[in-house]
Amino acid sequence: MRTIAKAALCLFAALLLGSAQGQELAPDVLVKNVTLEVVELIAKDREIRGNRNKLIQLIEEKVLPHFNFTGMTALALGQSWNKANAEQKKRLTEEFKTLLVRTYASALAAFAEQKLEFRPLRAKPTDTDVTVNVRVLQPGAQPVPIDYSMEKTAAGWKVYDVMVGGVSLVANYRTEFNNTVRESGIDGLIKSLSAKNRTVEAAGGAPQK
Amino acid sequence: MRVLGSAVLLAVLAACATADGDPRDPFEGFNRGVYKFNETVDEAIAKPVATAYRDLLHEEIRSRVRNFFSNIGDLFIGVNDLLQGKLQDGVEDWARFAFNSTFGLLGIHDVASDMGIEKHNEDFGQTLGRWGVGDGPYLVLPILGSSTLRDSVGTAADLYTDPVGDFRPIRLRNSAVALRLVGVRADLLEASRILEEAALDKYTFQRDAYLQRRRSLIYDGQPPREERIREERSFRTPVNVEPAAGVNNLRVVQHAHDR
Repeated sequence: MRTIAKAALCLFAALLLGSAQGQELAPDVLVKNVTLEVVELIAKDREIRGNRNKLIQLIEEKVLPHFNFTGMTALALGQSWNKANAEQKKRLTEEFKTLLVRTYASALAAFAEQKLEFRPLRAKPTDTDVTVNVRVLQPGAQPVPIDYSMEKTAAGWKVYDVMVGGVSLVANYRTEFNNTVRESGIDGLIKSLSAKNRTVEAAGGAPQK
Repeated sequence: MRVLGSAVLLAVLAACATADGDPRDPFEGFNRGVYKFNETVDEAIAKPVATAYRDLLHEEIRSRVRNFFSNIGDLFIGVNDLLQGKLQDGVEDWARFAFNSTFGLLGIHDVASDMGIEKHNEDFGQTLGRWGVGDGPYLVLPILGSSTLRDSVGTAADLYTDPVGDFRPIRLRNSAVALRLVGVRADLLEASRILEEAALDKYTFQRDAYLQRRRSLIYDGQPPREERIREERSFRTPVNVEPAAGVNNLRVVQHAHDR
Protein backbone atom coordinates (compact mmCIF):
# COMPACT_ATOMS: atom_id res chain seq x y z
CA MET A 1 0.00 0.00 0.00
CA ARG A 2 2.76 2.33 0.93
CA THR A 3 4.67 1.62 -2.24
CA ILE A 4 1.63 2.36 -4.32
CA ALA A 5 1.13 5.67 -2.54
CA LYS A 6 4.77 6.49 -3.05
CA ALA A 7 4.61 5.58 -6.71
CA ALA A 8 1.50 7.70 -7.15
CA LEU A 9 3.20 10.59 -5.45
CA CYS A 10 6.24 10.23 -7.66
CA LEU A 11 4.08 10.09 -10.75
CA PHE A 12 2.20 13.17 -9.65
CA ALA A 13 5.46 15.01 -9.00
CA ALA A 14 6.82 13.96 -12.36
CA LEU A 15 3.65 15.17 -14.07
CA LEU A 16 3.87 18.51 -12.31
CA LEU A 17 7.49 18.90 -13.26
CA GLY A 18 6.80 17.79 -16.80
CA SER A 19 4.03 20.29 -17.33
CA ALA A 20 6.09 23.07 -15.82
CA GLN A 21 8.91 22.30 -18.21
CA GLY A 22 6.58 21.85 -21.12
CA GLN A 23 5.28 25.38 -20.68
CA GLU A 24 8.67 26.87 -20.85
CA LEU A 25 11.22 25.99 -23.46
CA ALA A 26 14.87 26.32 -22.57
CA PRO A 27 16.25 29.55 -24.09
CA ASP A 28 18.67 27.85 -26.48
CA VAL A 29 15.98 25.46 -27.69
CA LEU A 30 13.65 28.39 -28.20
CA VAL A 31 16.18 30.30 -30.28
CA LYS A 32 16.97 27.24 -32.35
CA ASN A 33 13.35 26.35 -33.02
CA VAL A 34 12.31 29.85 -33.98
CA THR A 35 15.38 30.52 -36.13
CA LEU A 36 15.15 27.24 -38.00
CA GLU A 37 11.44 27.68 -38.57
CA VAL A 38 11.84 31.17 -39.98
CA VAL A 39 14.90 30.34 -42.08
CA GLU A 40 13.11 27.32 -43.51
CA LEU A 41 10.06 29.38 -44.38
CA ILE A 42 12.25 31.93 -46.14
CA ALA A 43 14.17 29.22 -48.00
CA LYS A 44 10.98 27.52 -49.14
CA ASP A 45 9.23 30.65 -50.30
CA ARG A 46 11.31 32.71 -52.69
CA GLU A 47 8.58 35.29 -52.74
CA ILE A 48 9.13 36.16 -49.09
CA ARG A 49 12.74 37.05 -49.72
CA GLY A 50 11.81 39.45 -52.48
CA ASN A 51 8.84 40.94 -50.69
CA ARG A 52 9.85 43.02 -47.74
CA ASN A 53 6.39 43.40 -46.28
CA LYS A 54 5.79 39.67 -46.32
CA LEU A 55 9.10 39.09 -44.60
CA ILE A 56 8.28 41.63 -41.93
CA GLN A 57 4.90 40.04 -41.40
CA LEU A 58 6.59 36.68 -40.92
CA ILE A 59 8.97 38.12 -38.36
CA GLU A 60 6.21 39.90 -36.51
CA GLU A 61 4.32 36.68 -36.25
CA LYS A 62 7.13 34.26 -35.38
CA VAL A 63 9.92 36.24 -33.80
CA LEU A 64 8.44 39.29 -32.10
CA PRO A 65 6.63 37.46 -29.32
CA HIS A 66 10.04 36.40 -28.00
CA PHE A 67 11.48 39.89 -27.76
CA ASN A 68 11.11 42.27 -24.87
CA PHE A 69 10.97 45.58 -26.68
CA THR A 70 10.24 47.73 -23.66
CA GLY A 71 13.36 46.37 -22.01
CA MET A 72 15.42 46.91 -25.15
CA THR A 73 14.24 50.48 -25.54
CA ALA A 74 14.92 51.23 -21.88
CA LEU A 75 18.44 49.85 -22.18
CA ALA A 76 19.11 51.74 -25.40
CA LEU A 77 18.01 55.02 -23.83
CA GLY A 78 19.99 54.52 -20.64
CA GLN A 79 19.60 57.51 -18.34
CA SER A 80 17.20 59.27 -20.68
CA TRP A 81 14.55 56.57 -20.19
CA ASN A 82 13.74 57.92 -16.74
CA LYS A 83 13.03 61.35 -18.20
CA ALA A 84 10.27 60.02 -20.43
CA ASN A 85 6.66 59.83 -19.30
CA ALA A 86 4.49 56.76 -19.81
CA GLU A 87 3.08 57.94 -23.12
CA GLN A 88 6.53 58.82 -24.46
CA LYS A 89 7.87 55.45 -23.37
CA LYS A 90 5.12 53.73 -25.26
CA ARG A 91 5.77 55.68 -28.44
CA LEU A 92 9.54 55.24 -28.20
CA THR A 93 9.08 51.50 -27.82
CA GLU A 94 6.74 51.35 -30.82
CA GLU A 95 9.05 53.30 -33.10
CA PHE A 96 12.18 51.46 -31.99
CA LYS A 97 10.41 48.19 -32.54
CA THR A 98 9.48 49.11 -36.10
CA LEU A 99 13.06 50.13 -36.81
CA LEU A 100 14.54 46.96 -35.34
CA VAL A 101 12.12 44.65 -37.08
CA ARG A 102 13.03 46.12 -40.47
CA THR A 103 16.73 45.86 -39.73
CA TYR A 104 16.31 42.34 -38.48
CA ALA A 105 14.35 41.39 -41.60
CA SER A 106 17.19 42.62 -43.81
CA ALA A 107 19.81 40.83 -41.78
CA LEU A 108 17.85 37.61 -41.77
CA ALA A 109 17.36 37.71 -45.52
CA ALA A 110 21.11 38.19 -45.91
CA PHE A 111 21.94 35.27 -43.62
CA ALA A 112 19.18 32.90 -44.68
CA GLU A 113 21.30 30.98 -47.15
CA GLN A 114 24.26 30.47 -44.84
CA LYS A 115 24.89 27.51 -42.62
CA LEU A 116 23.93 28.04 -38.98
CA GLU A 117 25.49 26.43 -35.97
CA PHE A 118 23.64 26.36 -32.66
CA ARG A 119 25.90 26.24 -29.67
CA PRO A 120 24.96 24.41 -26.50
CA LEU A 121 23.95 26.74 -23.69
CA ARG A 122 26.49 27.19 -20.95
CA ALA A 123 24.30 28.13 -18.01
CA LYS A 124 22.98 26.71 -14.78
CA PRO A 125 19.32 25.70 -14.70
CA THR A 126 18.73 28.38 -12.06
CA ASP A 127 20.10 31.22 -14.20
CA THR A 128 17.60 33.86 -15.19
CA ASP A 129 19.87 35.78 -17.54
CA VAL A 130 21.69 33.89 -20.26
CA THR A 131 23.38 34.38 -23.60
CA VAL A 132 22.45 32.05 -26.42
CA ASN A 133 25.10 31.71 -29.11
CA VAL A 134 24.41 31.04 -32.76
CA ARG A 135 27.12 31.13 -35.39
CA VAL A 136 26.79 31.85 -39.07
CA LEU A 137 29.32 29.80 -40.97
CA GLN A 138 30.60 31.12 -44.27
CA PRO A 139 33.39 29.81 -46.45
CA GLY A 140 36.53 31.93 -46.62
CA ALA A 141 35.65 34.01 -43.59
CA GLN A 142 35.57 33.74 -39.83
CA PRO A 143 32.18 32.57 -38.54
CA VAL A 144 29.95 35.45 -37.40
CA PRO A 145 28.66 34.99 -33.87
CA ILE A 146 25.11 36.08 -33.11
CA ASP A 147 24.49 36.28 -29.39
CA TYR A 148 21.02 36.65 -27.96
CA SER A 149 20.91 38.07 -24.45
CA MET A 150 17.82 36.61 -22.84
CA GLU A 151 16.10 36.88 -19.52
CA LYS A 152 13.50 34.79 -17.82
CA THR A 153 10.16 36.46 -17.33
CA ALA A 154 6.77 35.22 -16.23
CA ALA A 155 5.87 34.93 -19.91
CA GLY A 156 8.89 32.77 -20.78
CA TRP A 157 12.35 33.65 -22.02
CA LYS A 158 12.62 37.00 -23.77
CA VAL A 159 15.43 38.50 -25.85
CA TYR A 160 16.57 41.92 -24.66
CA ASP A 161 19.65 42.41 -26.82
CA VAL A 162 21.21 40.93 -29.92
CA MET A 163 24.95 41.05 -30.53
CA VAL A 164 26.17 40.48 -34.06
CA GLY A 165 29.90 39.93 -34.39
CA GLY A 166 30.41 41.40 -30.93
CA VAL A 167 28.37 44.52 -31.69
CA SER A 168 25.47 44.98 -29.32
CA LEU A 169 22.48 46.52 -31.08
CA VAL A 170 21.22 48.13 -27.90
CA ALA A 171 24.60 49.63 -27.00
CA ASN A 172 25.04 50.87 -30.55
CA TYR A 173 21.84 52.88 -30.44
CA ARG A 174 22.67 54.36 -27.07
CA THR A 175 25.02 57.12 -28.29
CA GLU A 176 22.69 58.08 -31.11
CA PHE A 177 19.69 58.19 -28.82
CA ASN A 178 21.46 60.17 -26.13
CA ASN A 179 22.80 62.67 -28.66
CA THR A 180 19.32 63.24 -30.05
CA VAL A 181 17.77 63.54 -26.61
CA ARG A 182 20.40 66.06 -25.57
CA GLU A 183 19.78 68.15 -28.67
CA SER A 184 16.03 67.95 -29.02
CA GLY A 185 14.60 66.10 -26.03
CA ILE A 186 12.55 62.91 -25.82
CA ASP A 187 9.97 64.21 -28.26
CA GLY A 188 12.76 65.05 -30.69
CA LEU A 189 13.93 61.43 -30.54
CA ILE A 190 10.40 60.13 -31.11
CA LYS A 191 10.10 62.46 -34.06
CA SER A 192 13.37 61.46 -35.67
CA LEU A 193 12.68 57.75 -35.12
CA SER A 194 9.30 57.97 -36.78
CA ALA A 195 10.72 60.07 -39.62
CA LYS A 196 13.41 57.40 -40.10
CA ASN A 197 10.80 54.65 -40.17
CA ARG A 198 8.74 56.49 -42.75
CA THR A 199 11.70 56.99 -45.11
CA VAL A 200 12.80 53.38 -44.81
CA GLU A 201 9.26 52.20 -45.39
CA ALA A 202 8.94 54.33 -48.50
CA ALA A 203 12.28 53.09 -49.85
CA GLY A 204 11.75 49.45 -48.88
CA GLY A 205 8.33 49.08 -50.45
CA ALA A 206 9.80 48.28 -53.84
CA PRO A 207 10.94 44.70 -54.38
CA GLN A 208 14.66 44.29 -53.81
CA LYS A 209 17.22 41.92 -55.15
CA MET B 1 59.67 65.59 -44.47
CA ARG B 2 57.45 62.85 -43.21
CA VAL B 3 57.80 64.17 -39.69
CA LEU B 4 56.78 67.61 -40.84
CA GLY B 5 53.76 66.08 -42.60
CA SER B 6 52.68 64.32 -39.43
CA ALA B 7 53.14 67.48 -37.40
CA VAL B 8 50.95 69.44 -39.81
CA LEU B 9 48.33 66.69 -39.75
CA LEU B 10 48.30 66.65 -35.96
CA ALA B 11 47.94 70.42 -35.87
CA VAL B 12 45.00 70.22 -38.26
CA LEU B 13 43.45 67.47 -36.16
CA ALA B 14 43.93 69.45 -32.99
CA ALA B 15 42.29 72.47 -34.57
CA CYS B 16 39.31 70.35 -35.49
CA ALA B 17 38.96 68.86 -32.04
CA THR B 18 35.62 69.72 -30.51
CA ALA B 19 35.21 70.36 -26.84
CA ASP B 20 31.82 68.86 -26.09
CA GLY B 21 31.82 65.75 -28.29
CA ASP B 22 32.37 62.10 -27.57
CA PRO B 23 35.65 61.60 -25.66
CA ARG B 24 36.51 58.67 -27.89
CA ASP B 25 36.22 60.86 -30.96
CA PRO B 26 37.99 64.17 -30.30
CA PHE B 27 38.46 64.89 -34.01
CA GLU B 28 34.82 64.39 -34.92
CA GLY B 29 34.62 67.45 -37.15
CA PHE B 30 37.61 66.37 -39.18
CA ASN B 31 36.46 62.74 -39.25
CA ARG B 32 33.03 63.71 -40.51
CA GLY B 33 34.69 65.57 -43.35
CA VAL B 34 36.68 62.51 -44.38
CA TYR B 35 33.58 60.36 -43.93
CA LYS B 36 31.68 62.56 -46.34
CA PHE B 37 34.53 62.39 -48.84
CA ASN B 38 34.58 58.59 -48.56
CA GLU B 39 30.83 58.43 -49.07
CA THR B 40 31.09 60.50 -52.22
CA VAL B 41 33.84 58.29 -53.64
CA ASP B 42 31.88 55.20 -52.64
CA GLU B 43 28.66 56.36 -54.29
CA ALA B 44 30.48 57.45 -57.45
CA ILE B 45 32.89 54.56 -57.97
CA ALA B 46 33.20 51.77 -55.43
CA LYS B 47 29.53 50.91 -54.96
CA PRO B 48 28.58 50.85 -58.66
CA VAL B 49 31.63 48.73 -59.53
CA ALA B 50 30.99 46.36 -56.62
CA THR B 51 27.32 46.05 -57.56
CA ALA B 52 28.23 45.23 -61.16
CA TYR B 53 30.79 42.70 -59.92
CA ARG B 54 28.14 41.04 -57.76
CA ASP B 55 25.47 41.02 -60.44
CA LEU B 56 27.65 39.95 -63.37
CA LEU B 57 29.70 37.21 -61.75
CA HIS B 58 28.18 34.10 -60.27
CA GLU B 59 28.67 33.48 -56.56
CA GLU B 60 30.74 30.41 -57.49
CA ILE B 61 33.35 32.64 -59.10
CA ARG B 62 33.16 35.35 -56.47
CA SER B 63 33.74 32.82 -53.72
CA ARG B 64 36.87 31.56 -55.52
CA VAL B 65 38.20 35.11 -55.59
CA ARG B 66 37.28 35.61 -51.93
CA ASN B 67 38.98 32.35 -50.95
CA PHE B 68 42.13 33.18 -52.92
CA PHE B 69 42.74 36.42 -51.04
CA SER B 70 41.52 34.97 -47.76
CA ASN B 71 44.15 32.24 -48.09
CA ILE B 72 46.94 34.76 -48.62
CA GLY B 73 45.68 36.59 -45.55
CA ASP B 74 45.97 33.47 -43.39
CA LEU B 75 49.75 33.68 -43.57
CA PHE B 76 49.98 36.85 -41.52
CA ILE B 77 46.93 35.99 -39.45
CA GLY B 78 49.12 33.13 -38.26
CA VAL B 79 51.97 35.54 -37.53
CA ASN B 80 49.64 37.71 -35.46
CA ASP B 81 48.38 34.68 -33.56
CA LEU B 82 51.93 33.85 -32.56
CA LEU B 83 52.71 37.46 -31.63
CA GLN B 84 49.72 37.27 -29.29
CA GLY B 85 50.86 33.96 -27.85
CA LYS B 86 48.00 32.00 -29.40
CA LEU B 87 50.03 29.02 -30.45
CA GLN B 88 47.19 26.72 -31.40
CA ASP B 89 45.42 29.33 -33.49
CA GLY B 90 48.69 30.10 -35.24
CA VAL B 91 49.30 26.46 -36.09
CA GLU B 92 45.73 26.16 -37.33
CA ASP B 93 46.01 29.20 -39.57
CA TRP B 94 49.25 28.00 -41.08
CA ALA B 95 47.76 24.56 -41.53
CA ARG B 96 44.90 26.26 -43.37
CA PHE B 97 47.40 28.04 -45.56
CA ALA B 98 49.27 24.81 -46.28
CA PHE B 99 46.16 22.78 -47.14
CA ASN B 100 44.39 25.48 -49.10
CA SER B 101 47.46 26.49 -51.10
CA THR B 102 48.02 22.91 -52.22
CA PHE B 103 44.83 20.83 -52.17
CA GLY B 104 42.79 23.98 -52.48
CA LEU B 105 44.60 24.97 -55.69
CA LEU B 106 46.30 28.20 -54.60
CA GLY B 107 43.56 28.84 -52.14
CA ILE B 108 40.56 29.07 -54.44
CA HIS B 109 38.95 26.21 -52.53
CA ASP B 110 38.69 26.53 -48.77
CA VAL B 111 39.27 22.84 -48.12
CA ALA B 112 40.56 23.59 -44.61
CA SER B 113 37.17 24.90 -43.48
CA ASP B 114 35.56 21.75 -44.85
CA MET B 115 38.05 19.80 -42.76
CA GLY B 116 36.89 21.75 -39.73
CA ILE B 117 39.91 24.07 -39.37
CA GLU B 118 38.22 27.39 -38.79
CA LYS B 119 39.55 30.69 -40.01
CA HIS B 120 40.50 33.34 -37.46
CA ASN B 121 40.39 37.10 -37.63
CA GLU B 122 43.64 38.80 -36.67
CA ASP B 123 45.66 41.80 -37.74
CA PHE B 124 48.45 43.97 -36.35
CA GLY B 125 45.98 46.42 -34.81
CA GLN B 126 44.50 43.59 -32.76
CA THR B 127 47.97 42.42 -31.77
CA LEU B 128 48.80 45.90 -30.49
CA GLY B 129 45.49 45.93 -28.62
CA ARG B 130 46.27 42.57 -27.07
CA TRP B 131 49.63 43.95 -25.97
CA GLY B 132 47.79 46.64 -24.06
CA VAL B 133 47.84 49.55 -26.50
CA GLY B 134 44.60 51.50 -26.13
CA ASP B 135 42.37 52.55 -29.03
CA GLY B 136 43.56 56.13 -29.10
CA PRO B 137 41.29 58.63 -30.81
CA TYR B 138 38.85 57.37 -33.42
CA LEU B 139 39.93 58.24 -36.95
CA VAL B 140 38.25 58.00 -40.33
CA LEU B 141 40.94 57.30 -42.92
CA PRO B 142 40.52 58.35 -46.53
CA ILE B 143 39.15 55.40 -48.58
CA LEU B 144 39.98 52.89 -45.81
CA GLY B 145 37.29 54.25 -43.47
CA SER B 146 36.84 53.61 -39.75
CA SER B 147 39.98 53.26 -37.67
CA THR B 148 41.65 54.42 -34.50
CA LEU B 149 45.13 55.74 -33.94
CA ARG B 150 46.25 52.28 -32.84
CA ASP B 151 44.51 50.53 -35.73
CA SER B 152 45.98 53.00 -38.23
CA VAL B 153 49.44 51.92 -37.13
CA GLY B 154 48.27 48.33 -37.37
CA THR B 155 46.86 48.86 -40.85
CA ALA B 156 50.15 50.40 -41.98
CA ALA B 157 51.94 47.25 -40.79
CA ASP B 158 49.30 45.05 -42.47
CA LEU B 159 49.80 46.84 -45.76
CA TYR B 160 53.57 46.78 -45.44
CA THR B 161 53.62 43.00 -44.96
CA ASP B 162 50.78 42.28 -47.41
CA PRO B 163 51.98 39.49 -49.73
CA VAL B 164 49.79 40.83 -52.53
CA GLY B 165 52.04 43.90 -52.54
CA ASP B 166 54.90 41.66 -53.67
CA PHE B 167 53.04 40.42 -56.75
CA ARG B 168 55.05 41.14 -59.90
CA PRO B 169 54.81 42.50 -62.56
CA ILE B 170 53.40 45.70 -61.14
CA ARG B 171 50.34 45.46 -63.38
CA LEU B 172 49.46 42.10 -61.93
CA ARG B 173 49.86 43.53 -58.44
CA ASN B 174 47.62 46.48 -59.22
CA SER B 175 44.95 44.28 -60.75
CA ALA B 176 45.07 41.96 -57.74
CA VAL B 177 44.76 44.86 -55.30
CA ALA B 178 41.82 46.28 -57.27
CA LEU B 179 40.08 42.92 -57.54
CA ARG B 180 40.43 42.35 -53.83
CA LEU B 181 39.00 45.78 -53.00
CA VAL B 182 36.04 45.27 -55.33
CA GLY B 183 35.37 41.87 -53.80
CA VAL B 184 35.49 43.24 -50.27
CA ARG B 185 33.13 46.07 -51.15
CA ALA B 186 30.76 43.67 -52.90
CA ASP B 187 30.60 41.53 -49.76
CA LEU B 188 29.70 44.64 -47.79
CA LEU B 189 26.84 45.71 -50.05
CA GLU B 190 24.27 43.99 -47.89
CA ALA B 191 25.78 45.33 -44.67
CA SER B 192 25.89 48.88 -45.96
CA ARG B 193 22.26 48.67 -46.99
CA ILE B 194 21.36 47.50 -43.50
CA LEU B 195 23.40 50.37 -42.02
CA GLU B 196 21.51 52.76 -44.28
CA GLU B 197 18.22 51.44 -42.86
CA ALA B 198 19.19 51.06 -39.25
CA ALA B 199 21.03 54.27 -38.39
CA LEU B 200 19.61 57.63 -37.46
CA ASP B 201 23.07 59.10 -37.97
CA LYS B 202 25.22 56.79 -40.07
CA TYR B 203 28.48 58.33 -38.89
CA THR B 204 27.76 57.71 -35.19
CA PHE B 205 26.30 54.29 -35.78
CA GLN B 206 29.26 53.14 -37.83
CA ARG B 207 31.76 54.57 -35.39
CA ASP B 208 30.21 52.87 -32.39
CA ALA B 209 29.85 49.60 -34.25
CA TYR B 210 33.49 49.77 -35.31
CA LEU B 211 34.73 50.42 -31.77
CA GLN B 212 32.57 47.62 -30.33
CA ARG B 213 33.62 45.24 -33.06
CA ARG B 214 37.32 45.90 -32.62
CA ARG B 215 37.10 45.40 -28.91
CA SER B 216 35.32 42.12 -29.41
CA LEU B 217 37.93 41.01 -31.97
CA ILE B 218 40.88 41.92 -29.76
CA TYR B 219 39.52 39.64 -27.07
CA ASP B 220 38.29 37.04 -29.56
CA GLY B 221 34.69 37.61 -28.60
CA GLN B 222 35.32 37.50 -24.83
CA PRO B 223 36.09 40.99 -23.50
CA PRO B 224 37.25 40.82 -19.88
CA ARG B 225 34.37 40.98 -17.50
CA GLU B 226 35.66 43.36 -14.86
CA GLU B 227 36.41 45.92 -17.53
CA ARG B 228 32.85 45.69 -18.78
CA ILE B 229 31.38 46.02 -15.34
CA ARG B 230 33.55 48.96 -14.45
CA GLU B 231 32.54 50.76 -17.58
CA GLU B 232 28.93 49.85 -17.03
CA ARG B 233 28.96 51.38 -13.57
CA SER B 234 30.41 54.65 -14.71
CA PHE B 235 28.02 54.81 -17.58
CA ARG B 236 24.70 53.52 -16.44
CA THR B 237 22.30 54.63 -13.82
CA PRO B 238 19.63 52.23 -12.70
CA VAL B 239 16.92 51.87 -15.27
CA ASN B 240 13.47 51.07 -14.06
CA VAL B 241 10.85 49.82 -16.39
CA GLU B 242 7.33 50.80 -15.69
CA PRO B 243 4.69 48.36 -16.70
CA ALA B 244 3.38 50.98 -19.09
CA ALA B 245 3.72 49.21 -22.37
CA GLY B 246 4.09 45.60 -23.36
CA VAL B 247 5.66 43.05 -21.14
CA ASN B 248 5.34 43.58 -17.43
CA ASN B 249 7.18 42.49 -14.33
CA LEU B 250 10.49 42.85 -15.99
CA ARG B 251 13.83 43.18 -14.42
CA VAL B 252 16.13 45.12 -16.62
CA VAL B 253 19.45 43.60 -15.97
CA GLN B 254 22.46 45.69 -15.23
CA HIS B 255 24.31 43.41 -17.46
CA ALA B 256 27.46 43.12 -19.37
CA HIS B 257 26.89 45.44 -22.28
CA ASP B 258 29.79 46.69 -24.14
CA ARG B 259 29.33 50.16 -25.29
